[in-house]
Amino acid sequence: MDDQRLTERSVDQKEIKISAKNVQVYYGETHAIKDVDVEIEDNTVTAFIGPSGCGKSTFLRCLNRMNDTIDIARVEGTILLDGEDIYDKRVDPVQLRAKVGMVFQKPNPFPKSIYDNVAYGPRIHGMAKNRAELDEIVEKSLRRAALWDEAKDRLQAPGTGLSGGQQQRLCIARAVATEPEVLLMDEPCSALDPIATGQVEELIDELRTNYSVVIVTHSMQQAARVSQKTAFFHLGNLVEFDETGKIFTNPEDSRTESYISGRIG
Amino acid sequence: MSPMYSDQEHIVSAYDRDLEAIQALVMRMGGLVEAAILDSARALETRDVELAEKVRAGDRTVDELEVQINEECARTIAIRGPVSQDLRVLLTVFRLSGSLERVGDYAKNMAKRTSVLVEMRPLPGADSALRRMAREVQLMLKDTLDAYVRRDAELAEDVRQRDHDVDQMYNAIFREFLTFMMEDPRNITGCMHLHFIAKNIERMGDLVTNMAEQVIYLVTAKMPDDSRPKGDETPYMRAEASDDKGE
Repeated sequence: MDDQRLTERSVDQKEIKISAKNVQVYYGETHAIKDVDVEIEDNTVTAFIGPSGCGKSTFLRCLNRMNDTIDIARVEGTILLDGEDIYDKRVDPVQLRAKVGMVFQKPNPFPKSIYDNVAYGPRIHGMAKNRAELDEIVEKSLRRAALWDEAKDRLQAPGTGLSGGQQQRLCIARAVATEPEVLLMDEPCSALDPIATGQVEELIDELRTNYSVVIVTHSMQQAARVSQKTAFFHLGNLVEFDETGKIFTNPEDSRTESYISGRIG
Repeated sequence: MSPMYSDQEHIVSAYDRDLEAIQALVMRMGGLVEAAILDSARALETRDVELAEKVRAGDRTVDELEVQINEECARTIAIRGPVSQDLRVLLTVFRLSGSLERVGDYAKNMAKRTSVLVEMRPLPGADSALRRMAREVQLMLKDTLDAYVRRDAELAEDVRQRDHDVDQMYNAIFREFLTFMMEDPRNITGCMHLHFIAKNIERMGDLVTNMAEQVIYLVTAKMPDDSRPKGDETPYMRAEASDDKGE
């Protein structure tokens, strides 16, 4: 599974990173996620696909407790990260989000320099003892996000001055700077042009060597290209979860078939 | 909704129209090839050079359809990004058209040999035996195309099993021709041509069997496993060198 070529994408079982059981999410009266069971493997890209409003983003946001920030949202069931319940009272959501990083749809760099954007997380989590260590983290993160060569001579320039694709890679650098174990991406390429999309997709595949990546995407072709596992959500249910090649060539459920082939589901 | 296709329509209706159009081309090609098989066998039996000439000329249309189908498949794959069932439809169409083109070529070859055979004295029973064999293959093709349209894997499996009968017929004819040739060397030229025709019809049966397997793949997403009866070893008994030239 260490190659993006289709024939290399075998389905060898990896270690389970996140295990969700019987997850329910309510927004007030609305039952947004119903009985979702899913196991997300380490060193694997897992794609969530489904029509708008199917719950895929909601479920993604459960994985680092982003739904805590919405007053009317209520999450039930268990979500284990490395066997530990992330909804346990003793878990600090801020620490959790350092372990489970997130990249959003629209590039949202802070109105600060490129350097400070990446250094922000490590600073608040006290990850660097001195300037030299911080420099090292910034360089490493920018390299991982494939932005170093373009940004190394303008680290003090504002992050907002970069192109859209570069900004998104800056956000990825910022997310990986805190050494997360899981990277959640909510439509990371929907605001990018095809070239930048290709660069981010290439990056996602590289990130897989170190992290478990979960990506929500509206582009089925993108899900097919970048992921090893695909989950199809529909009306709050997890309809099908299987190896990506299987989902796109011979899905079990007729609703999956209808959705991926562009029919009315 | 047309029975040609899935019970659900695409959101982009032009996609459905593309797929329908390609499938209609395959059906047209299939109809022409079926007719070519029957006509070439009839031309042989009745020594009808005119009909044989018609089969030869008609093969050009079949070839053109194959090219057209290939182009349409490539366009649809490039533009629509088909997955799952749609992808299997296109892969199947692509392979069906390739096989149909080959079957058409064999029919044309049969017609060509007919124009040589009219010069020779007929062998008792040979032409009608070949015609029966051709008729059997044409029925297999018809059922394969029906199985394709109806997405009927059972009917396709039935076709697949019937290839055995064609192989048996070929073996019987092969033995008969050997006898004719041993009896009288003047039969050799005619028998050689007739044997090539028999072999070609047998190959048509194999191609139609492949097409039936492709239909099974289309419906079930799996190629059937290799568990069908095979013909006996007769053709290899005395004439090891007579068989396939890597077809």
